[in-house]
Amino acid sequence: MPLPRLIPCLDVAAGRVVKGVRFEGLRAVADPVDLAATYSESGADELVFLDVKATLEERDTLVGLVRRVADRVAIPFTVGGGVRTVQDAAELLRAGADKVAVNSAALGRPALVTELAEELGSQAVVVAIDAKGGRVRSRAGTFATTWLAVDWAREAGEHGAGEILVTSIDADGTRAGYDLELTAAVAGAVTVPVIASGGAGSASHVAEALEVVPAVLLASILHEDPARLRSLREELRDLGVQLRDAA
Amino acid sequence: MRVAICDYGAGNVRSVELAFRRLGADIVVREPDLVVLPGVGSARRAMAELRARDLDRKLVERVGQGEPVLGICLGLQLALEWSEEDGGVRGLGLLPGRAVRLCAPRVPRMGWADVDGQAYYFAHSYVAETPAASAWSDGLVAEARLGSFLGVQFHPEKSGTVGERYLAGVLAEASGRCRSLA
Repeated sequence: MPLPRLIPCLDVAAGRVVKGVRFEGLRAVADPVDLAATYSESGADELVFLDVKATLEERDTLVGLVRRVADRVAIPFTVGGGVRTVQDAAELLRAGADKVAVNSAALGRPALVTELAEELGSQAVVVAIDAKGGRVRSRAGTFATTWLAVDWAREAGEHGAGEILVTSIDADGTRAGYDLELTAAVAGAVTVPVIASGGAGSASHVAEALEVVPAVLLASILHEDPARLRSLREELRDLGVQLRDAA
Repeated sequence: MRVAICDYGAGNVRSVELAFRRLGADIVVREPDLVVLPGVGSARRAMAELRARDLDRKLVERVGQGEPVLGICLGLQLALEWSEEDGGVRGLGLLPGRAVRLCAPRVPRMGWADVDGQAYYFAHSYVAETPAASAWSDGLVAEARLGSFLGVQFHPEKSGTVGERYLAGVLAEASGRCRSLA
């Protein structure tokens, strides 16, 4: 089994990080490339960039960002936001991304997942699921769907998803811990790796989630202090979580 | 050092190119010291693209002449005689053996895993079975070599400083081989 993965998430818009820039000392890393490099040097196992605006005008900016990240950072990264076609995804991979994340577009047309997997390989296709009360939401959580998260995860896996990124809207931003019930249910429904997302507030939350799934997304917990990643890794090691030696 | 990267539409060409540039290598088309066969995605499609560009013949010829070739991920699997992916695909035959579907609780096998005491990044659903294996990860073939061909299942270009050191070693070995042939 590969080692557990810690995956910082960077929300970007117009080529800038849109969270975690409020606090003193962080202005210098408001550039996503600098922040990505900081995370990489602090032992991040992978990175996720989510384009929160994901408009058509954003596309060139996003591809440019991916190119600059690949220039600087030699760890794997996923890019999500506004991927609607195989061409969108292929362009991001050619620019240096390793995986693309799809959410609403896949809900609207599940065959997109199959097309992406056939063209790019399953390992490059992450299906992101936002769930509230166990049910899937689309369009950045604003739109209720009839899917149960476990059913959509299973369907996405059957369509060729290589990973499932499951975010609990209920837990997101609370820092009260990951939604372990939802995470375990999704992990039980699929045979691909699952990434837990939403709710991490402490090392013990992360350790709990890593008992259930092989990877966790880190967002709010790092936004105020990216240097927290380094201390978090130490705390996790103290809790007996085996992490890679990034040096 | 002159490095040529087989560009046949595989997604990770740019990452591989950047990794070698960081090490000071020149990316070239002609007279390379090292040829790299990258690869992600499907074996059948990749082989068809290699054939369409006559790269299959050139790679076999190059290895036959004892000149260094590095295969990464799918690039290792394509070097085998056969892959059971996509209903069965004939490979380049640079290495004896075949690529088989991974048998694990979760596939793709995704993430950092140990090879000789260092963690490298893996992302694969198939794995090589070959007597030419030279390193393992969790009991799976991580590296294989025969003659001047070296294949790795992991992604050194995405394995941070550990991967960078690995590629530096590959470059050093290739340059030594070129000198010994000269």
